[in-house]
Amino acid sequence: MKKLLFCSLLLLLTSGSVLAEKIRIGTEGAYPPFNMIDQDGQVAGFDVDIAKALCTRMDTECVFVTQDWDGIIPGLLARKYDAVVASMSITEERKKAVDFSDRYYSNSLAMIAKSGTNIDPTQLQGKSVGAQRATIAADHANAIEGANVKLYDTQENAYLDLNSGRIDVLMTDRLPGYDWLNSEQGKGFEFIGDAIDIGDQIGIAVRKGDKLRERLNKAIEEIRADGTYQRINAKYFPFSIY
Amino acid sequence: MNWNWEVIFASLPQLLEGSLLTLELVFISVLIGGFLSVPLAILRTSENPLVSGIPLFYTFFFRGTPMLVQLFLFYYGLAQFDSVRESFLWPLLREAYWCALIVFTLNTCAYTTEIMRGAIQAVPRGEIEAAQAIGMNRYHLYRRIILPLAYRIGLPAYSNEIILMLKGSALASTITLLDLTGMARTIIARTYMPIEVFFAAGCIYLLLTFLFIQGYRLFERRMMRHQKPI
Repeated sequence: MKKLLFCSLLLLLTSGSVLAEKIRIGTEGAYPPFNMIDQDGQVAGFDVDIAKALCTRMDTECVFVTQDWDGIIPGLLARKYDAVVASMSITEERKKAVDFSDRYYSNSLAMIAKSGTNIDPTQLQGKSVGAQRATIAADHANAIEGANVKLYDTQENAYLDLNSGRIDVLMTDRLPGYDWLNSEQGKGFEFIGDAIDIGDQIGIAVRKGDKLRERLNKAIEEIRADGTYQRINAKYFPFSIY
Repeated sequence: MNWNWEVIFASLPQLLEGSLLTLELVFISVLIGGFLSVPLAILRTSENPLVSGIPLFYTFFFRGTPMLVQLFLFYYGLAQFDSVRESFLWPLLREAYWCALIVFTLNTCAYTTEIMRGAIQAVPRGEIEAAQAIGMNRYHLYRRIILPLAYRIGLPAYSNEIILMLKGSALASTITLLDLTGMARTIIARTYMPIEVFFAAGCIYLLLTFLFIQGYRLFERRMMRHQKPI
């Protein structure tokens, strides 16, 4: 009897999850062009397009949940959403807390400064260097000797302070930096120095042991193979970012 | 979950360092805000609507908007204007520290003004009439009768305001300052242990509030010693 009850309960649970499966995707919504809030108040951007393509591949419905960056892993662990598609770098430290899918793009770091200021990217002693808190860019900024590092809650706030001149140099991910330089606000600013290769691969975070990971990996492979990925890539960057 | 005491102990020195900035911001803003609130409160009690209107507008604005919004507008907003960046005030306004201090001061001053206004209006009519009857002029009336009484009436409400300010100062972390909350968030970014670190930060806030309440109670007892039973 007990066994029967258990089996039917199991059946109920699994069938329920198949019928009404909805994957909740956590994203930040403040990291253009990867994830942002568009004019209609909807989440948009590369991450969001990729997440939607993956969901289509997996035949599931996706709902997006926005969450501030420094609470994004805690939110995943607290089951506010099931996967984080928010341009999150795969790092050893984060792997202690979450599992990652294969990469869906790679990133390097770059520094941005006002055009014509001739700041030497190797001589940043005494300069104000900004970065977003809890990012690899912040770690790199913190490692610059003698620099006065300022950490921001969002990338947008860091751009604002770059614009106002409160910081001399912004340490940022190259791709969103590229996007910002092409925007109205980014006029008069430029990359200084070469891109900093940090072996930075961007993956989707899921809770430890969650089977969702394998399904996401398969879906990433599939959208790479059928050209969906390349179409989304071309929509945002004139070069491949995989 | 695995509760990690080590992270808490390891982060204590930095958290205490952050508390110093928190205390500094709160102490200075409450001090200056407190002084400025007295003349504003006197203006607020004026029967002339033109005189009482200006401080009313000010307190309405600062009490009617979230401090986070005020801080953002002041720190990020002002800096977007060339005229501000080229003005003589820029060396001050470019520093997050001064922006936080100015906004905190204006904010606490607005609340304190309203506390003081209420207190001034609550001074018993008879005391004022008695002072007038013996021929005190307006200055002496305020200096010797109204304000000393109003301070005592406003004391309990004022301690509330200071405690709210202590907690509100956590917003300094949103404009790059490493106050207690800012320090906690920076440590969390490194350790991914938000519960432990915020727990530690919360304990420090609690401790600061506790010490403040104890000190304030002694102060209040001293101010109210004329009411003690003999």
